[in-house]
Amino acid sequence: MPGDEVAIQASGLTKCFGSLRAVDSLDLTVKRRQVYGFLGPNGSGKSTAIRMLCGLLTPTAGDIEVLGLRIPEQAEQLRYHIGYMTQQFSLFSDLTVRENLEFLAAIHGLESRNSRKRVEQLLQEYQLEERQRQLAGTLSGGQRQRLALAGSVLHQPELLFLDEPTSAVDPESRRDFWEKLFELADEGTTILVSSHYMDEAERCHRLAVLDHGRLVADGSPAELTGGLEGRTFEVHAQEPRRVRQKLLQIAGVISAAQIGMNLRVLCDDSGVDLQQWQQSLEGAGLEAQIEPTAPSLEDVFVAVTSKPAQKPEAVS
Amino acid sequence: MNWHRMWAVLIKELRQVRRDRVTLAMIVVIPILQLVLFGYAINMNLRHLPAAIVDQAGTSGSRQLLMDMLATDIIHPVSDARTPEQVMDLLRRGEIQVGVVIPQDFERRLATGESAVQVLVDGSDTVVQSAARQLAQMPVVRVDRERQLNSVPLPESPFSVVSFYNPQRVSAINIVPGLIGIILTMTMVMFTAIAIVREHERGNMELLIATPVSGAELMTGKVLPYGFIGLIQTSLVLLCGMWLFGVPIRGSLLDVYLAAILLILANLTLGLLISTRAKSQFQAMQMTFFVFVPSILLSGFVFPFEGMPEPAQWIAELLPLTHFVRLIRGVMLRGAELTELWPDVLALIVFIGVMMTLAILRFSKRLD
Repeated sequence: MPGDEVAIQASGLTKCFGSLRAVDSLDLTVKRRQVYGFLGPNGSGKSTAIRMLCGLLTPTAGDIEVLGLRIPEQAEQLRYHIGYMTQQFSLFSDLTVRENLEFLAAIHGLESRNSRKRVEQLLQEYQLEERQRQLAGTLSGGQRQRLALAGSVLHQPELLFLDEPTSAVDPESRRDFWEKLFELADEGTTILVSSHYMDEAERCHRLAVLDHGRLVADGSPAELTGGLEGRTFEVHAQEPRRVRQKLLQIAGVISAAQIGMNLRVLCDDSGVDLQQWQQSLEGAGLEAQIEPTAPSLEDVFVAVTSKPAQKPEAVS
Repeated sequence: MNWHRMWAVLIKELRQVRRDRVTLAMIVVIPILQLVLFGYAINMNLRHLPAAIVDQAGTSGSRQLLMDMLATDIIHPVSDARTPEQVMDLLRRGEIQVGVVIPQDFERRLATGESAVQVLVDGSDTVVQSAARQLAQMPVVRVDRERQLNSVPLPESPFSVVSFYNPQRVSAINIVPGLIGIILTMTMVMFTAIAIVREHERGNMELLIATPVSGAELMTGKVLPYGFIGLIQTSLVLLCGMWLFGVPIRGSLLDVYLAAILLILANLTLGLLISTRAKSQFQAMQMTFFVFVPSILLSGFVFPFEGMPEPAQWIAELLPLTHFVRLIRGVMLRGAELTELWPDVLALIVFIGVMMTLAILRFSKRLD
C-alpha cells in the first residue's frame, strides 16, 4: 500500500434503490494526502457514494479500490485503515465523552496503555478535556462534531470519510474544524469530505460536483472556476427585480441571482452579446450597468447542475 | 472472536443500562408486580362469590348443610330470595354468581340417594364455575355426567361440605415457578431486540459496522449483560416467592438456575433474531408480542398442556417457555433432577443453537 499514490479509485460506480439511480456511473480518483470534496445538493448521492466507498453498501455496478483493497470484497480489512464520520451524530449519547472514546479505542483494538494515552491526547487536542465526564447527548453541536471527529481519527486512519460533517455547526466551529482537517492532511491522512457549503468546497484540494447521482464536474476549485471565465457578470440596477425578469428571457442566461441591489448573472458557453442585453433592457425602459466579474464556485455549481441532460464534463 | 472487543461492547452496554432508568425499573418492578398480581389478585380459588340461598326444606339437616357451605367462604349470601325462580332471575341479572336451592323433600332425596341440593352457577365465567363445582364436590355422588356438562345447574348432593373445606390451598405455589419463565420471556426478548434496534434507530450502528468489530462480538457483548439481568430477576422472583408465599424448592437450586439460564439464552437469541428483522423499536415490541402471547397461553402456565388441541400443542412445543415450565415445575415442585427431564433440556439447547445461528447469519455489516 505505501508508495501507492492513489487512495481511492472508482469506475462506473452505480447504486440503484428500486428504480432510483442514487449514484450513476461515477468515476473517481482521489490521490493520497488530498482533501477531496464532494459537493452537491441534498439527495445528489454523496452519502450513498461514501457508503459504497467504505464498504457499507454494495454497489449495483462498478469497481472500487480503496487503499489498494477491492471493495466490497475486502471491506473487513479496510475497516482498520479508515475513519468514518456519519452525517448524523452516531456516537452514544448516553455515554460520556471519555467513555465514547474509550469504547472506540477498544473496538479498534488499541492496547489499553496506548488507548489511555491516545484518549488523553485527543481530549486535549479537540478541547474536550473539561467535558470528558459529560454525556455526549448533552453536548452542543460544535462539541459533538469535535467528539465525532476525535472518534473517527482515534486509530489514526490513513483515510477519513466525512459525510457533511459541518451541517449542524456554527461558522466559527466550521472554521476550526477545517483547520483540524488540514492538520490531519499534513500528517498524511487522505480526506474525503462531502458538503453543500461553497466556502468549504473552496478549501478542498480537489472537488467533485454531484447532481442526481452523476459526476457533473471534477477538478481543483481554480480549474472549475477558470472554466467559467467570461461567463459571469455583475449587473447594477435601480430596479433589480424587473431587470432580472428581463435578463432571464435572454437566450444564454442560465441564472440571475439578486445580491442586494446587484444581480449576479451566469451565462452558458454560447457567447455573450452585452450590447444586445443593454438594448433589450433599454427597450423595457430599464437602466443597468453590466460588468464582467470573476466566477465563483457557486457559479460553477449553478452552471453544472442546471443542465441535467448533458454528459459529465471534465474541466481539467 | 476477539474477547477484548466483545468485552468493550459488554462494558458499554452495562454503562448504558445503568443510565437507563426505565429499563432499570423494568428489571425490578416487572418481576415484583407480576408476582404480586399472579400470587394475590389472580387467585384461581375464588372466595366470597355473591350468592342467593333458598332453603325450602327448613329442616335441621338442611340448615346444618347451609352453615357448612357458608363456612367454606366460597359463597357469600347477598339476597333474600325465597323461590328458585327468584334465584334464576338474580343469576340472569348478574347480581349473584351462585344460587343454592334446597328443595322441600331434601331429607327424602338424601335418604334415597337422589340429588338433594341444586347449585346454580353463572357458567359464563369458567373460574366461577369450577369454584362452584368445588362447592358441590362430594366423596360419594351419583353424577349424571350428561346433565352436568350441558346445563347450567349442577345437581349434586353434598352430604358434608366440611370434608373439602380447605382455606389453605394457595395457587401461588403452582404459579410462581412458571412465573419466572413468564417474566424472563417478557423482559429478555424485548430488552435484546430493542437494544440492537435502538442502535440502528439512533445511527450508532452505522458507526459500529464501519469499525473492525464483528457481528458475533457485537451480539455476544450486547446480550450477556441482559443474561446477567435475567439471573437477577430469577433470584428476585425466587426470594419473593419463598418469602411471600412460602414456595418450596424441592429440587436442587443449581438445577433451578441451570433451567433459568437455558430459558434466558433461548429468549436472548430469539431477541437477537427479532432485532435483525425489526426496523424500529416499535416493530421490535410488536414482534415480541407475537411470541409472548402464545407463550403465556400455550406454555401450560395458564391452561394445562394436555387439555389443549393437538395443533396448539405442536405450537407450544416450539416455544421455549413450554419446556421451561415443565423443567421448573419438575425441579421446584416435584424435586426432579434436570437429567431426568432431559427431553426439555435438549429442546431448549436446540432452540438456542438454531436462533443464534440464524441471528448471526442474518446480521450483516452492510446497510443494504
